[in-house]
Amino acid sequence: MTALAVHNLHKRFGGIEAVADVSFTLAPGELLALIGPNGAGKSTCFNMLNGQLRPDAGRVLLAGPDGTMDDITGLPPPAIWRLGVGRTFQIAASFASMTVRENVQMALLSHHRRIWRVWHAASRHAPHAANALLARVGMAAQADRPAGELAYGDLKRLELAVALANTPRLLLMDEPTAGMAPAERAALMALARTIARTDGMAVLFTEHDMDTVFTTADRILVLNRGTLIAEGTPTEIRANPEVRAVYLGENQA
Amino acid sequence: MDLFLLQLLTGLAGASTLFLVAAGLTVIFGVTRVVNFAHGSLFMLGAYIAWSILSRLPRSPEYFVLGLLAAALATAAIGAVMELALLRRIYRAPEMLQLLATFGVVLVVQDAALWLWGPVDLAVSRPPWLRGAITVAGLRFPFYDAVLIAVGPLVLGLLLLLFHRTRWGLLVRAATADRDMVAALGVDQRWLFTSVFALGAGLAGLGGALSMPQGSANLHMDLAVIVDAFVVVVVGGMGSLSGAFLAALLIGVLQAFGIVLLPKITLVLVFLVMAAVLVLRPHGLLGKPQAESRAEAETLAPIRPAPAILRRLGLAALLLAIAAPFLAGPYLLTVLTEAAIAVLFAASLHVMMGPGGMASFGHAAWFGIGAYAAAFTAQGLGTSMAVGLLLAPLCAGAVALAVGGLVVRMSGVYLAMLTLAFAQIAWAIAFQWVELTGGDNGVLGVWPDPWAANPRTLYWLALALCLGATLLLRRLLYAPFGYALRATRDSPLRAAAIGLPLPRLRLAAFAIAGAAAGLAGAVFAYAKGSVFPTYMAIPHSVDALVTVLLGGVQTIAGPIVGAVAYTVLQSWLLTSEFWRIKLGLLILLLVLAFPAGIAGATHAAWLRWRGRSA
Amino acid sequence: MPIARRTLLAAAATLAAPGTIRAQSTSAPIRIGEINSYTAIPAFTVPYRMGWQLAVEQVNAAGGVLGRKLEVISHDDAGKPPDAVRLAGALLDESKVDLLAGGFLSNVGLALSDYARQRRRLFVASEPLSDALVWEQGHRYCYRLRPSTYMQVAMLVEDAVKLGAKRWVTVSPNYEYGQSLVKWFKALMLQRQPGVEFAAEQWPALGRIDAGATAAALAQAQPDAIFNGTFGPDLTNFVRQGNTRGLFEKRGVVSVLTGEPEYLEPLGDETPQGWIVTGWPVESVTDPTSRAFIDAYKAKFNAMPKMGSVVGHATITAIAAGIAKTGSLDTEAMADGFKGAGFPTPFGPAIWRPQDNQSTLGTYVGRTAVRGGKGVMIDWRYVDGAAAMPSDAEVKRMRPA
Repeated sequence: MTALAVHNLHKRFGGIEAVADVSFTLAPGELLALIGPNGAGKSTCFNMLNGQLRPDAGRVLLAGPDGTMDDITGLPPPAIWRLGVGRTFQIAASFASMTVRENVQMALLSHHRRIWRVWHAASRHAPHAANALLARVGMAAQADRPAGELAYGDLKRLELAVALANTPRLLLMDEPTAGMAPAERAALMALARTIARTDGMAVLFTEHDMDTVFTTADRILVLNRGTLIAEGTPTEIRANPEVRAVYLGENQA
Repeated sequence: MDLFLLQLLTGLAGASTLFLVAAGLTVIFGVTRVVNFAHGSLFMLGAYIAWSILSRLPRSPEYFVLGLLAAALATAAIGAVMELALLRRIYRAPEMLQLLATFGVVLVVQDAALWLWGPVDLAVSRPPWLRGAITVAGLRFPFYDAVLIAVGPLVLGLLLLLFHRTRWGLLVRAATADRDMVAALGVDQRWLFTSVFALGAGLAGLGGALSMPQGSANLHMDLAVIVDAFVVVVVGGMGSLSGAFLAALLIGVLQAFGIVLLPKITLVLVFLVMAAVLVLRPHGLLGKPQAESRAEAETLAPIRPAPAILRRLGLAALLLAIAAPFLAGPYLLTVLTEAAIAVLFAASLHVMMGPGGMASFGHAAWFGIGAYAAAFTAQGLGTSMAVGLLLAPLCAGAVALAVGGLVVRMSGVYLAMLTLAFAQIAWAIAFQWVELTGGDNGVLGVWPDPWAANPRTLYWLALALCLGATLLLRRLLYAPFGYALRATRDSPLRAAAIGLPLPRLRLAAFAIAGAAAGLAGAVFAYAKGSVFPTYMAIPHSVDALVTVLLGGVQTIAGPIVGAVAYTVLQSWLLTSEFWRIKLGLLILLLVLAFPAGIAGATHAAWLRWRGRSA
Repeated sequence: MPIARRTLLAAAATLAAPGTIRAQSTSAPIRIGEINSYTAIPAFTVPYRMGWQLAVEQVNAAGGVLGRKLEVISHDDAGKPPDAVRLAGALLDESKVDLLAGGFLSNVGLALSDYARQRRRLFVASEPLSDALVWEQGHRYCYRLRPSTYMQVAMLVEDAVKLGAKRWVTVSPNYEYGQSLVKWFKALMLQRQPGVEFAAEQWPALGRIDAGATAAALAQAQPDAIFNGTFGPDLTNFVRQGNTRGLFEKRGVVSVLTGEPEYLEPLGDETPQGWIVTGWPVESVTDPTSRAFIDAYKAKFNAMPKMGSVVGHATITAIAAGIAKTGSLDTEAMADGFKGAGFPTPFGPAIWRPQDNQSTLGTYVGRTAVRGGKGVMIDWRYVDGAAAMPSDAEVKRMRPA
């Protein structure tokens, strides 16, 4: 079973090969971490999956609901969302002029293809589903607060709820715990893990914090200078000498 | 060939003039991010001050140069005062509010200049050495134009030296790139900004003073100049000096040859150039994409349904409005009819500006297209008013859809300037294409069908159509479409990530706003009985902006409150002396004291009051 | 000066004769609702306001009209037709004025005229030049004082033909006024001088002339003569570029309105020599009527009158005469009664033409010159408006009912 298959991705900026020949697969329910030192090509790689960047070469295939693989290479973000991909941002982004619940309702409206409606009140759309999603990420109590005044950790959880509104088969999380306190990090990633397991949702995330990576990920990809240098379980990666040299060594220095 | 050379030189002289007009504006924008609408007023002041100085000085070249510099310095001082008293307080405000504030200055300066220098155009008698010509390929070319050709690059060179070879210039460039960084360096940003503004104002003053040997100081310079300056700055890329120079060259030379080949293309040509450049290069010839607009960074309160007391108040106001013909005299009824139209006009702009996050400086275009559509239906087709009222929003909406397709991908000041460009093209067509539109004489006799001719019926009709459409727009904003639109404004990235098609949503909002403004224009045409190019002119677009900002952009009731307040205010102001200075000061007061508008301020007061009593 | 004033007072008294018999200070004043572009076109309208203020004072000092004082309620339309229409409503409904007057811009004039027709109230257009006002869009409730676009051109054509120039170019602002000037000039020239050709035309945008390029483009056509319709700041720029580039040398120039003091003054010592222009030689008119007006104006405002002042003054005397002849303030009566009414103006007597409600107020035609560093008109003559009109049949064809 494969949720996402990436074949030979390439991306150049000017003369620099930012991503070179990256291939990997991801299974449903699996949490895959993409790590690497700064400038290794993580963000470039990530942005080619979520549609913000178009690859120069290579293919990105996403499993459809019936098991067939759809080619999503180079599709724009809205189209990728409609094929069942959710995402969260490194710097959490919400719709500040809406309440927490309305943020989720907005995502639900998009998921239900209702955004062109001009008559019915948006705030009446699927309030129960929205509440349920908020409950799932532990934000039910804050449903009526303006999203603009949330604490940063809460904002990250709201983002997760918004991404889940799409009932995604694949969740892309860019630096999900950046800017959070250690206790919050663990809680958020535990939550992601639970959801992945219960819903059979594949999760690909980038992360700076190695503790989070090694405690959360089922499998880890290591990028350096645009190429994949290692792939394996946390234990394998920990033991990999090359990774230790280019990455962990630097990190510990 | 000789003629070609002569016309080329003429074009280059024109380009120099244009560059001098625009240089100060682009310098100020580069650092402060303020689009200074009062730039033309500073130019005009420079010209008047130069007149006052030069007409008292001996007429030799050295005194002439001295007089020019003195005029430039005086204008720089005025600019510094303006910065200290006004702009310093609004750097954090949204762009449109800043634009509005500087427009308030335009109004104040107009009346002040009339009062100080009187109504007659003032020209400095040129000394003989300024009247001379040089011979180019056997043809005469004015000596002063030759001087101007040199002055443009000279000023550019000096400015580039100033920016690249001095510490002050270094700081200015740093501030252009990243304001917070300069603050972190421990530089007092405030004085940096003041000095930049003074420099920009001085350049405007110099431009005005340099124009004196070619013409006169007059009270119409400010608006004529500001439009040219905007075009040059936008085409060159906002904040880019070299870009402004290139743009001035392009426009100046095209203009010189354009009017030989197509004499009637004046006016339209520059805007066509601007539109073409921006469609191909959205940030101008040498411009860079703007940093994320500040408006996105500010936190906006969620829009909530009106509290019960407000609904009851609204209902009471509506009943009062319906009963008005039994209470009000005919004149007040006219004012109320206009207020109803102004409500729809403002509400349509609000859809774009508020939830849509798209600033428009040319909203009057759609109003005017609607009005002309109604007029042509009435005159050309001779059909009933109902057809006109139906066709007008369709026409305006269709044109808005076409134009929007080109421009909605842009944002902030660029979008505002493109909408301005389109509105100016529309205005120029209406103004200059006399065979089609009757030119400035307009289309007359667009009176309503007999059944609606009675002022009361007309009022009720206007009220029903305009308030009805406004309520529909309001409904739209609470509906999924409105939420989606707001989502794209709050966070374009996040919106795209949850599948919202940003360009299509904005385009739809653009077209809907255009159609609604078109309906307002059609109702206005029938209410006034005539349609004129002024309906599409800049002041009318400004009216819409003032209305929306007066009411408050971020409240749904804002445009309604703003339109009623502004219409009543204007009808009262116009019958008083020196209304421009009063209106200008009022706008400044609004911007400084109530940046959230009437509805916004009331809302905040209400929240405070509730908080205290709870 | 006392003599001059007495002359004018006498003139005012004669025209107000029927009313003065029962002059009473108790009766309410006659109210004239006046609208003009005071902030948009101050160069012309500020002297205009001073002109009508003087006239109101003089008419009232002579006992008013129908034994009642005149009162003018004046508003600024900001150059916007819809504002003018709204203010007209305010004047009629709130201020209860007896008739409307004013207008400088043609579009404001036409909007007010159309509104007057709709409301069936009298409107005396003082300054707008558009022909449409009394012809295509003319109606019984609208009267117009100043010589129209057509009349201005017609007054000049006689002298233009005498230039004997074959190859003409035209330059005129690109809007209805400018286009209409060129249209009439071409039509009338072709009538009078068959074989005349028009080699090039320039249409600068109003207020934004690119004077150097325009002058060069005109010179390129190598014309024998030039017809100019630009005025104000555009004219100053054009003249300076043309002078330096030698555009006007050995060429006849026919130019509309250029002889008016408001436009000559900024030209100063650069006023081109020998242009054939319409205007007003305020410095050199000597006839008693003109002098009386100029002296009274100078005494009151300590300034020289401009063309606007003449129009403002004549607006009031023309209205006063119309009301006096009608003997009533009823709109329908006035709409008929104004026809044929004679009135004094600083330029001499004029009447309201019964054919088309146009006044016969004329203007001066002469040549420009520089005297003492100032632009002046020389070799001038006054052309009565009646002499510059098309035939009655022609007028009838253009004016619907």
